[in-house]
Amino acid sequence: MNRTLYNKLVDAHKVCDLPDGDMLIYVDFHIMNEYTSPQAFSGLDAKRLGVWRPKAHLAVIDHVNATRSKEPHDAASKVLIDNLEANCIKHDIAFYGLGDRRQGIEHVVVPEQGLVVPGMLIACGDSHTTTYGAFGSLGFGIGTSEVEHVLATQTLRYKRMKTMRVIVDGNTAPGVTAKDIIMKVVQVVGAGGANGYAVEFAGSAISGLGMAGRMTICNMAVELGARAALIAADEITEAALKGHPHTGQFAFKGENWVSDPEAVFDEEFTISGADIEPLITWGTSPDQSVPITANVPSALDYVSPTAKAALERSLQYMGLTEGQSAQSIKIDTAFIGSCTNSRIEDLREAAKILEGRQVAEGVEAIVVPGSAMTRIKAEAEGLRAIFETAGFEWRPEAGCSMCLAMNDDIAMDGERVASSTNRNFEGRQGRGARTHLMSPAMVAAAAVSGHLADVRNFK
Amino acid sequence: MTKTIKGIAAPLPLANVDTDVIMPKRFLITITREGLADGTFADLRFDNVGQQRPEFILNNAPWTQATILVVGDNFGCGSSREHAVWGMRQLKIDACIGTGFAGIFYDNARKNGLALPIVSPEARDALLQFSSNTSGAEISIDLDSRTIAAGEISVPFEMDDATQTSLIRGRDDTLDSLEYAGAIRDFEAGLDDAMRVSVIK
Repeated sequence: MNRTLYNKLVDAHKVCDLPDGDMLIYVDFHIMNEYTSPQAFSGLDAKRLGVWRPKAHLAVIDHVNATRSKEPHDAASKVLIDNLEANCIKHDIAFYGLGDRRQGIEHVVVPEQGLVVPGMLIACGDSHTTTYGAFGSLGFGIGTSEVEHVLATQTLRYKRMKTMRVIVDGNTAPGVTAKDIIMKVVQVVGAGGANGYAVEFAGSAISGLGMAGRMTICNMAVELGARAALIAADEITEAALKGHPHTGQFAFKGENWVSDPEAVFDEEFTISGADIEPLITWGTSPDQSVPITANVPSALDYVSPTAKAALERSLQYMGLTEGQSAQSIKIDTAFIGSCTNSRIEDLREAAKILEGRQVAEGVEAIVVPGSAMTRIKAEAEGLRAIFETAGFEWRPEAGCSMCLAMNDDIAMDGERVASSTNRNFEGRQGRGARTHLMSPAMVAAAAVSGHLADVRNFK
Repeated sequence: MTKTIKGIAAPLPLANVDTDVIMPKRFLITITREGLADGTFADLRFDNVGQQRPEFILNNAPWTQATILVVGDNFGCGSSREHAVWGMRQLKIDACIGTGFAGIFYDNARKNGLALPIVSPEARDALLQFSSNTSGAEISIDLDSRTIAAGEISVPFEMDDATQTSLIRGRDDTLDSLEYAGAIRDFEAGLDDAMRVSVIK
């Protein structure tokens, strides 16, 4: 037996081969949000098509909603929100809207509702759908035309990817989190290094993580270009399936959802867990990162003129000087949230740093729990009190918020944000906004310091 | 039936041009596919007060007429937003030539008739050089033979068969796939009851 987990998942979902070289694969479960689905529904209408299997879909509001209140912050976002609800009513699809206790960021909601189990194939009009690989399930992002295709046929046209394995072995040091591990992988493999690949993460530093950490890893795998990310299901996965609204309602047996011992991958990387330090991004691509103890690169670090030019462009956008120490970078804003790092475990890690400390003067600090259920749990545990006492603004509603600034949480031109999110692209958090990616605990450390800071100095 | 794409090409050598840059989020608050031309590359094309940035290639002749882009590595990375591709099509872009594209962007492009020929780094650099010339000479992309011709340059490109067929025929994948409804029903009939997801409303 020498099949990879990825190929087992594809084989189990293949409906048929198509004459042009694609195959049709079956989508067990499909998630929609309010901004990548409207044109899919109107496509169905234009072609006079219905939804193939309405029960296999879930729609949530997360991208454009305000998180200060249940009310949309403007008329345009209300149109998107109302449009999705109307489409769900029309097609008899489950809808978790504003005010519903199950509402939140789609990739936080799905695991806490027990809607992902090993062996499934899950699609969603959102690139971070790779998150579900944490459960030994094949999840990937699709465009709006493909959303229409899944709605109409419950399948997708698909090409088998090449396979890559990234092994992270050995113990990581205290203060090093799953976020640092995946940021290190992105740094090593490169921003487009896994284009065309499904990536399986393995090694003791991965299998030692809880589900929240595994989700962070698979979530950000898309930043290396991976079309799918996978971690073998084990007893930690099994334990995490218990106690949710959908628990026990479905199971995908028939295969052992791990790669066979003799499985061969097209590409392989090995990273030593012991070599990973808490990282921060300094540039405008997620692979532009350095350890918090290091300096921003200088032109001397690069050989090719293209690389030197890219460095110059990134530094100019980011308002940094070459060779500047990472810890000298002062921040305006601290943001904890997003599908990468807004789960209860993330909030606990940040709260440990914040307990007994104060947000530095002049820093605006915001935390947006990933879902209504996460917020309720965090409040019951006393985390809200810790965040608020420290000077963080605790948002009462869940959503993507400042991760991509599609609601009213927009960073201003030149505003510098320490962010627990996944993308530091130009303009991502607002036109001209400057994003530094890091773990939630590192965001908390930066918030209380007023500048990027080493979480390991906070005992 | 489109077999050849021909036009003026503009060099856009930046690496990792993501879909946030191609279509900033403020243009995404919409329920239609239309009206996205002005949003495409908005922050590269226009300054904060809406004036054209003179340094941006598409704001300069002859590239104001460009229908092909020669792009840096990993173009189209990031968000799944198909709005990026819709906008590029509305800006009259027919093809992007690069060394590699992000997966979701690649699939979105195919659905909208945007060709993404993949060439070697050497060929890309030669085409960047060619398209930098102000003469406005055209590049020709032959989908059938998978070759690109630009002056003296003639280079092969990669494109998977399904994408090539789709671009040439301009088909509707959803309607095409429904011809396999029988196979989909057969697949579903073979599933255990425990494999039928039913989301609680």
